Amino acid sequence: MLLDGSSVLAADDLTVELGGLPVLRGVSLSIRTGEAVALIGGNGSGKSTLVRTLLGLLPHQRGTVRLFGSPLRSFREWYRVGYVPQRSVALLGGSKVREVVAAGRLARRRPFRPMRQDDREAVHRAITLVGLSEQRNADIADLSGGQQQRVLVARALAGQPDLLVLDEPTSGVDLEHQRVLAEVLAELLSAGTAVLVVLHDVGPLGDLIDRAVVLSDGRVAHDGPLGDLGQHYRRFGGHEHLDHDRTSDDHGGAAGSWLGGAVEP
Amino acid sequence: MIEILSYPFMQRALIAALLTGLIAPAIGTYVVQRRLSLLGDGLGHVALAGVGLALLTGTAPIPIAVAACIAGAVVVEVLRQRGKASGDVGLAILFYGGLAAGVFLSGISGVGAGGLAQYLFGSLTTVTRDDLALVGVLAIVILVTTLGLSPQLYAVATDDEFARTQGLRVRLYHIAVVSLAAVTVALAMRTVGLLLVSALMVVPVAAARNLVRGFTAALICAIAIGATTAVAGAVGSFYVDAAPGAFIVLLAIAVFVLSWPLSYVLRRRRAGAVLPELVDDDELAAPHTITENHPHRHAPGCGHPAVQHGDHTDFIHEGHRHAAHADHYDEH
Repeated sequence: MLLDGSSVLAADDLTVELGGLPVLRGVSLSIRTGEAVALIGGNGSGKSTLVRTLLGLLPHQRGTVRLFGSPLRSFREWYRVGYVPQRSVALLGGSKVREVVAAGRLARRRPFRPMRQDDREAVHRAITLVGLSEQRNADIADLSGGQQQRVLVARALAGQPDLLVLDEPTSGVDLEHQRVLAEVLAELLSAGTAVLVVLHDVGPLGDLIDRAVVLSDGRVAHDGPLGDLGQHYRRFGGHEHLDHDRTSDDHGGAAGSWLGGAVEP
Repeated sequence: MIEILSYPFMQRALIAALLTGLIAPAIGTYVVQRRLSLLGDGLGHVALAGVGLALLTGTAPIPIAVAACIAGAVVVEVLRQRGKASGDVGLAILFYGGLAAGVFLSGISGVGAGGLAQYLFGSLTTVTRDDLALVGVLAIVILVTTLGLSPQLYAVATDDEFARTQGLRVRLYHIAVVSLAAVTVALAMRTVGLLLVSALMVVPVAAARNLVRGFTAALICAIAIGATTAVAGAVGSFYVDAAPGAFIVLLAIAVFVLSWPLSYVLRRRRAGAVLPELVDDDELAAPHTITENHPHRHAPGCGHPAVQHGDHTDFIHEGHRHAAHADHYDEH
């Protein structure tokens, strides 16, 4: 485990343009060991762009990013980072849950080498932690939306990261699945993992958040305790959940809910 | 079968067919996973440009076709990565540019477009020892790569952004896959032909996905289907005196067609094995319909046939199934 309080991620004065339009305008952000930071903002505020820039998936025009003290360009310890992208499993169809999760172990594996015992155990633990043991051999396309999201979380956890970055993990996921995610994150935080989570609304994850960073029009509009934000985002979140309950998680019909019900604690 | 093996040209044809059947689905699995099923076809057209160039310069066609194919594949991949062309536009440019260049070059070489036919449809029975050695080396390279690097290639093909956050050199892996596909296509012009090799890269993969669950299982199953249909097609074409390339592809498509009903049966079996409780749920969810005006009391030997239904007995009464429930009968 890391020394408490050491910097896990530090971005300074990040400027990103996409297609000639400025999306991030001088964003600075830092995260320390064991800290849970929520990145909040409306559609088009630059949340996902920031996350993808921090992970080196998008180029930045100005500013610096350091992961675990190393500049992004020379960072090689990718096993220390777990990334949960926005749910998009179109190309993952036809894969078993455990095959998807095993991909999260690749930063710790070498080419042309089979999985070792510790790799298998880490994949097994990650699947168990998100409550999908019974679905480990199921096709990911046959799972409900909430379960698919948990598969992507398990994939990020399989590498046993020191920093977990989640991009809207609660979007389109019903309250029950959000609570499962909150429990998983609470366990990781207590073990010293740093968490950066993009949220459209706070919801059940609110109790875990140490600090909220609000993005507005590509700039940091607030960086401090969640409580300082007032009730706006929580109320906003309440409305969102009503929508989610109506629309989400009906994928898979009876089989989906049956599977979901069988594994919930 | 013994008779076939006594001809050296058929021995070489069978080995070439087997190797093509092994490698085309192996690399095709990753191409199909990225939704680039028509890549092989586009590359086949580019290989024609290479053949045209070879005819014009009077050199051996295979090395030039291989080089042209790799160059075309890498150019399209780089254009796609830089966002200059979407996958399908890039493929369309490959198709038409390659075909036009091939026909144009073979025309001015004096051979004419007809000289391209043997490469379009292959000529398995004229495979030489040198051809075989080349295909053999390629088969080893492709099988070692596609099986040995399977976890990495899988991650890159299914979610390349996530693969990048695992520290994988995603662009390099993409270029490796399209280059190996290019070499497969170019070499297949001596076996199943440029027009049909793409089918062997796609059809066994599609059939395998119907039959087995999971990426790795589908990869192995696709290779098995490819190898089996290639050898069976080569043997069959000897007896019915048909073009082996066409025979092989038609067999693969037959396996694909059969995989549909088979997949239905397999899915039902799996569903039955995994979710037995669903059956009960369905029954519980059935509407509770009370039988009106039923003074008769059912009992064993009452004159109505009794059938066991789950944990209770139904009695068949004028085409209905009646089950006792509290003080009345339910329609079942």
